[in-house]
This record gives sequence, C-alpha cells and structure tokens, in this order.
Amino acid sequence: MSDNVLLMNKMTKVYPNGFVANKDVTLSVNRGEIHALLGENGAGKTTLMKMLFGFERPESGQIFIEGKEVKIKNALEAIHLGIGMVHQHFMLVPSMTVTENLILGDIPRGPMFTIDSKKAVETCIELGKKYNMLLDPQMRVMDLSVGGKQKLEILKALLHGAKILILDEPTAVLTPQETGELFETLKMLAHDGHTIIFISHKLDEVIQICNRYTILRRGRVTGTGNIESETPSSLSAMMVGREIDLDMHKQKTEFKEKVLEVKDLVYVNDFNKKVVNGVSFSIRAGQILGIAAVEGNGQNEVAEIIAGLKKASAGQTTLGCVDITSQNIRKRREAGVAYIPEDRMVDGCSATSSITDNLVADRFFKKKFSKKGFINKAAIEKEAEELIEEFSVLCMSKDNPIGALSGGNIQKVIVAREFTSGAKLVIANQPTRGIDVGAAEYIRHRLIDISRESDVGVLLVSADLVELLSVSDSLIVMVDGKISAYFPDTTQVDEYMIGEYMLGVKRQTEEEIGGALQ
Amino acid sequence: MFSISFLTSLLFSTIRLSTPLIFSSMGGLITRKSGSNNIALEGTMLISAMAGAVFSAYAQNLFIGLLGAMMSGLLISVFMGFMSLKMSADMTLTGISINRLADGLTIFIIFLLVGDKGTTIKLPSLTFPTVNIPIIQDIPFLGSVISGHNLLTYVAFLVVVAVWFLIYKTPLGLQIRAVGESEKAAESVGINVIGIKILAFALTGAICSLGGAYMSMGYLSWFSASMIAGRGFIGMSAMNLSNARPFRTMFIAIMFAFVDALAMTLQTLNLPAEPLQMLPYLITIIALIIFAKHDMAREEKKKKELLMAKE
Repeated sequence: MSDNVLLMNKMTKVYPNGFVANKDVTLSVNRGEIHALLGENGAGKTTLMKMLFGFERPESGQIFIEGKEVKIKNALEAIHLGIGMVHQHFMLVPSMTVTENLILGDIPRGPMFTIDSKKAVETCIELGKKYNMLLDPQMRVMDLSVGGKQKLEILKALLHGAKILILDEPTAVLTPQETGELFETLKMLAHDGHTIIFISHKLDEVIQICNRYTILRRGRVTGTGNIESETPSSLSAMMVGREIDLDMHKQKTEFKEKVLEVKDLVYVNDFNKKVVNGVSFSIRAGQILGIAAVEGNGQNEVAEIIAGLKKASAGQTTLGCVDITSQNIRKRREAGVAYIPEDRMVDGCSATSSITDNLVADRFFKKKFSKKGFINKAAIEKEAEELIEEFSVLCMSKDNPIGALSGGNIQKVIVAREFTSGAKLVIANQPTRGIDVGAAEYIRHRLIDISRESDVGVLLVSADLVELLSVSDSLIVMVDGKISAYFPDTTQVDEYMIGEYMLGVKRQTEEEIGGALQ
Repeated sequence: MFSISFLTSLLFSTIRLSTPLIFSSMGGLITRKSGSNNIALEGTMLISAMAGAVFSAYAQNLFIGLLGAMMSGLLISVFMGFMSLKMSADMTLTGISINRLADGLTIFIIFLLVGDKGTTIKLPSLTFPTVNIPIIQDIPFLGSVISGHNLLTYVAFLVVVAVWFLIYKTPLGLQIRAVGESEKAAESVGINVIGIKILAFALTGAICSLGGAYMSMGYLSWFSASMIAGRGFIGMSAMNLSNARPFRTMFIAIMFAFVDALAMTLQTLNLPAEPLQMLPYLITIIALIIFAKHDMAREEKKKKELLMAKE
C-alpha cells in the first residue's frame, strides 16, 4: 500500500431522517490509477464524494491522503489538499473568457491595480499545452462546446494543484468524439501521476479506461478489484444485486381499452442533447407499465412530458382518444392525467401550505368546493378529513404545514390527491424514493389496487428494480433516451436480465421493442 | 427664441443636471455588477447631501464636508448590504425602508440643528468651486457649454472612467463580475462572495454620496428636504437601461438630463410645469419598453438559431 494516495476507511453517513447513505464504505485509490466508482442512483456515491469534499460530515470513518489522516471541513480545504472536482453542472461564469475563468481564484496582478492579462493568457496557454487541452484563451465560456467547458473545468482543478481528480459522470453530456478526447486526456493525466476517480454508470466506458473499481449498492461496498478480471455482466450483477422478492400478491387481469399512447417522443434539453429520442409505447386500462433505466437516461423526461411539465420537441401523446400533445397541465389533468412527481417538495406540494390546501390544490375551483367565487370551507375540510382518513396520513392536524410531515406522509398526501382526482392514467415517478419501508409498501399496494379496481393505467418510473418487478405488469427499459427492451410480462424476467439492458450490455431487436406500442 | 444663447444655456444645464444622475448611476452600476439590486441610491444620496452641508458648515472645511458626506453615504450603503446579505432581510424592502428613513432622518437632524424642517439656509455651509478650464473656456460656444461647471461635475465624468477601469481592468472588478454572474463559480475557486458583495455596496455608497454632496454643495448651497427629488431613481434606470455598461449609462444619464433641462427651459415659456416635469419619467418607461422589446427580439432570434442548428 505504499502508493496509496487516498484511503477512505469505513466511512458511515446517516442522514438526519435516518437514511443510511454510507455504511462502512472503504475506498482505496492508488497513485496514477483511474478508479471507477460504480453504483446505481442512490447507492451512495455522491454522499461518499461529498464527505471527501467536506460538504457532509461522516458519522464515523477516517480519510487518509498519502498516508496522513486529514479532517476536511470545507471545499477550500479539500482543494488545498490537492483534491479537484469536476462537477456535472459546470461552475463557470458564462460571459467571461476562458482565461478569466481560469485565473479567477488567483488573479495575476500587473502595475496600477490592473490585471496582468498577458500573464493570465500565458498561464492559460501553458496549462493547455502542458495537459494537451488547448482552448482559445479569449473565447467566452458561453460560446464553448460542452466538451470545451469540461476541459476548462479540468484545467481549473489542475491549476489549483489537484492531484486527485474526481469526475462526476463526465461523459453524460459529451458526444462520442468528445468522450474519446476526454479519455485520452485522462489516460495522459494518470500517466503523469495524477489520480482519477471516475464516477459512472456506463460499464463499457469503465472497462475501456479504468484500472480498478469499487462498487456501491445501497450504501455498502459490494465489490472492489481490478477491471481486467471483470466483464460488463459481472459488474452489473454487483451493481444491481439480488434481493428477496417482495410478493405483492398481484392478481393477473385482462387489460382493457388503450389509455395512453405516446408516439416517437423526442425531447431536446437545454444542453442541446436529445435526452428522449423516439420513444413509443402504450398503456391499457388496468395495466401497470414500468420504466427501468439508470438515472438520466430519459425516463424522467418521458414522465414529465406526459404530465405536461415539459414540452416535447417532437412526437405525439394521446390520452384515450384525445390528442393532448399541445395541451397545458390543467387540460391534461381534466382529461384524466394524474402525476406523482419525482421531487415531491418541488413539484408535488407547497411545503409551507397546510395539508388541507395541498389536498385540494387540484380541485378547490370545482363546483363542489366553491360557491359564487368564494371557497366553500366546510366542503373542503370534509374532503381533507376524508382523504387523510382513507390514505392513513399520520398528522397532528389537517391545518399543519405539509412540510412538517415525514417524507412518507407527505408522499401519502400527494398520492391521496392524485388517486382521487378521477384519473384514467396515473404517472408515478419514483413514488417511494427516500421514504420509509412502511409508507413505500402502502403506496405500492395502492398503485396495484387502483389499476385493478378502477381500471386506471399506471406508468411507474422507479430506480428500484425490485419495486418495478413486483408492481408492474409489463416493463420497458430505456438507455440513452431510447427503449432498449420491452417485456410484456414481468414474471418472466429478473433483475439480472433487466440490468444488462439498463446498462446497455444487451439490446432487443426492433420488433421486440415495437411490442411496447400495441 | 431658438438662438445660440438658448442652445448654450440648454446644453450647459444638461451637463449641470447630468452630474447627480451620473454619480447615482455609476454607484448603482457597481452593486448591480455584483448581483445585488440596490434601490436605496436615492436615500443614500439624500443622507450624504445633508451630511455634506452640515459637516462643511460646522467644520468650515470643504474637505471635511466631503468626507462627512462620503462616510455617511458609505455607512448607510454598507448597512443595507449587511442587513440584506448577512442578516438575510429582503433586499427590496431594506432598500425601501432606507429611502423612507432618509426622508425622515434628514428632516429630523436639520430640525435639531437649525430649527427648520425645510432647509439649512441658515447654516454657513460651503460649496465646491466652479472651474474655468483654461484654453477651452475661450473657444466660442463649446467653452460656454463645457467650461465653468462645478468641480464635482468634472469629477463625475472622471468617475465614469474610474468605474469602467475598476470593473473591467482590475482584479477586484473581475471578482465583482464573477460574483454577480455566477455565485457558485466564484465560490468554487474560493472567493468570499458575501465579502465582495458588501464591498460593492461600500463603493456604491461612496460614489452616490458624491452626487448627494453635489446637490447641497454645488447645485444649491444648502440642504433642503427631499432635494434629491428622484435623481437616485433616474440614475438607477439609466444604469439598468444600458445593462450596466459604464459609458452607455453615462450617455443615457445625459439624455435624461437633457430632457430635464428642456423641461426647465420650456417652463420659462409659460407652459404648464407638471407635464414637463413628468417627461423624464415618461421617457424612462418608454425607453424601458423599447429596450425590453429589443432584448426579446434578440432572444427569439438566438433560440431560432439554436433550433436550426439542432436539425
């Protein structure tokens, strides 16, 4: 272990809500290697890196840098210790030039209070030459390509003396060519004695460029070793793992008429990337269709497009026999769309409003709850009490702010509202993320009940494969904004099979995928 | 009527009237660059106008008068920055209360000192000298427009250059711009974001107070209640109209001053005063709309280009 640069020993982090993000996680990285940190979303990679950067304090565990124990309290200390982070969202000033962004932390001073811009440009060019990442020093950052911005971020970290570079999913925003260039750079940096921690989901990339790996699952290390001795499927097995099946005692039913049909959905995001690229599928009444995908492969966008939160760049959405492609959220809801959003605190509720107000947020304007332009308080209170009772929301009073409830109970309030809006289609986007086991269990059962008893179509987007397999009837898998597999019957598949499609190791034929659109 | 002398006096008062506007807009420019919305320029100027008159009267020293004006402007501005950035009070509300506070506080203080709620005419306060520029003053027309202004008027134009230099040429300016545009980027390289923002408030206070001092120690030779009369706000809109670019801001400030001068001159022709006094504000609103439309059109174009590029 003489060449050990970074050792995070038995790190444990428990969040205030009791969620164990890291449990005895040990990460050991040697000088000059490219070390892959792998894991599904929520596996604890980000928490581990946050502890290394001083954003989070561990409950226990030690950090050693070059054999010396260190306590890192903030990002500046981490920078001084030679740790550099290339964030997924770049920390750059758009209207300033490449040079200005580079020197911002340490500005060379010329005579008469001026900036020594000649020296600044020289620094920029020298650094670019040294690391073979030449950028036009006078170019404005907003005119740079995404790959260029990333290079600038790497240069920034190197200028601050980073010996250990952490790249958080660096290829997520890059084109294949840019990815190739980045890999050349990383290999060269590693060759020069820098150490690189490469956070990724993409197994082929990891195998192509990394030397060793550490895999996290549910906050624990499930594997570490040399990449050479692994294959994509052996890695994916460690990432996905095998859990005991939750038996939901789900009844088989006949699906009825078509509720939702999306055709050739395309969504181009703010970075000009096609994050949804030609997705077509349909859902029938009484059917629960799951979408399995690694975070950031377009599944969230598909859900938000159908709910109306995002506008599709191309493609058609049909609810029943109504084309809702260009309708606003209110119209969609009236047509029968209900949505349980991924981020309940942002899109799901108004944290400072009362439970009652949140429960009737989608219906207070209806005849039942308003009289001649005034709110019918009695009717609203009755409705709230009934819903709290029916969905067993644990609360002191219906007038308390919803933000004071636990995550599980907040989610129950949202579920109560969305399930009673008379919807034909319920979109459940990560409905059980970050909530306690009991509430999660309850919500899964309600999802099955509503599809079976009220002939509602359900679209379930989840990062939890066990949940997807036990709740949904059929399943599609998305990779890079495209459907890579369709399984009409989830009882015929397991996590391993799905994992291989999720990580892009395998791909079904076009005919098989086309089955998603019946 | 439209003789040379009419034009001369019109242009001369344009420059005279542009002085407080240039100071307030340049002050506001710095906080705006640092990413804060400082609407207390008006109050800052009012307090420093009062302080300038009072300090110079009691010390019988012009320099102490100026120092008193600048220190009080700086303090009130830093106070606003501290309250809104450190103590997390709402910045707009803090600004409004400082403007209201300045109205009352200045009247209260002059009443304590001279027993008059209106003006400090009774105080023997000092004024800045007028400057005749050699050579230029002898050039016909130009000389009588440019020469013979108050010392602070010339300082105002120097301040424009100084602010431009500070913002675009110095390390501090680079940091102010970085903080104003992307706090996270600035933070990620170890810049003290709040510190830079409060420093910007200090600079703003100091520059605005020169405008205040000009009002009570140059434009007039005493302080009178509410004498800033919207000049802080007009300066603020001049700065915002130019998107906080120093030289453009200066030209817009001069344009506003011209409208004001025109209104004043036209009043002498027995036209009703009120609609004329409305002119600068009306022009501000119209200019705001034109600029906004212009920006929107540009944004549209950019978006279209992006979409085309995607195909």
